[in-house]
Amino acid sequence: MTRIDLEFTIDALDFVHAGEAASRVKRTLEHVGMEREVVRRASIAAYEAEMNIVIHSVGGTMKVTILPDCVEIVATDRGPGIEDIDLAMQEGYSTAPPHIREMGFGAGMGLPNMKRCADDIRIESAPGRGTTVRVIIRPRHAA
Amino acid sequence: MTLDDVRRYLGAEVICCGEKLDREVTSAFGCDLMSDVLAFARPGTLLLTGLTNSQVIHTAELIDAAGVVFVRGKHPSSETIRLSIEKGIPLLATRLLLYDSCGLLFSKGLRGCSTVDLPETPREATAI
Repeated sequence: MTRIDLEFTIDALDFVHAGEAASRVKRTLEHVGMEREVVRRASIAAYEAEMNIVIHSVGGTMKVTILPDCVEIVATDRGPGIEDIDLAMQEGYSTAPPHIREMGFGAGMGLPNMKRCADDIRIESAPGRGTTVRVIIRPRHAA
Repeated sequence: MTLDDVRRYLGAEVICCGEKLDREVTSAFGCDLMSDVLAFARPGTLLLTGLTNSQVIHTAELIDAAGVVFVRGKHPSSETIRLSIEKGIPLLATRLLLYDSCGLLFSKGLRGCSTVDLPETPREATAI
């Protein structure tokens, strides 16, 4: 394997298909024989990134680059942007409405979960300009 | 413990993928918050939840769950069942509440996903 690029268009509030992009990321990583722990962390990060776009934005994209020693996930949305990134990184802080919470998400664990899975996470956002979250995940032996 | 043992202990109904009930369950996780399932559950775990939407199935797939038990008499939609069949994830349903379901399985030796050791049971509690 040299390099695999995946790109997904993610629609806002599409709870029927939410999770399918992450599912494909997982299957692809398993197919190329990525180590199990990297598959787990990358799949979870991709899922939370996908759910964030579905819940909070008006749509966006998720690009996943798979290299032998690295998985990069870049989630970009056209959304309201994050006013206070430090606050958004705190476990339990959420702006999601009750009907999202009833679906098992929106409890303020999305970004913290992504950080937990990541070797590196960068968030670029400003009110009214959307959000880009970049996550890097590396196999343990290469970290 | 196998999924079929789980079915018997909880008096559960099999919703789909009944041919996989010989699958071994190595731990269990009871929760309605999928983000916490993603954060704390281990591969091979049994997910017990009262949520029945398709996000439960995606979550179970991503954590390599052995199967899902819907508690409190909840029943998933045909869309959720279809997705689960596609992913090959066995679904069970019990009328028991989450606490009772987890307690029953724990009493049969199935442990959770805690990463810290369980405290020793106090002497007065064992005397009951």
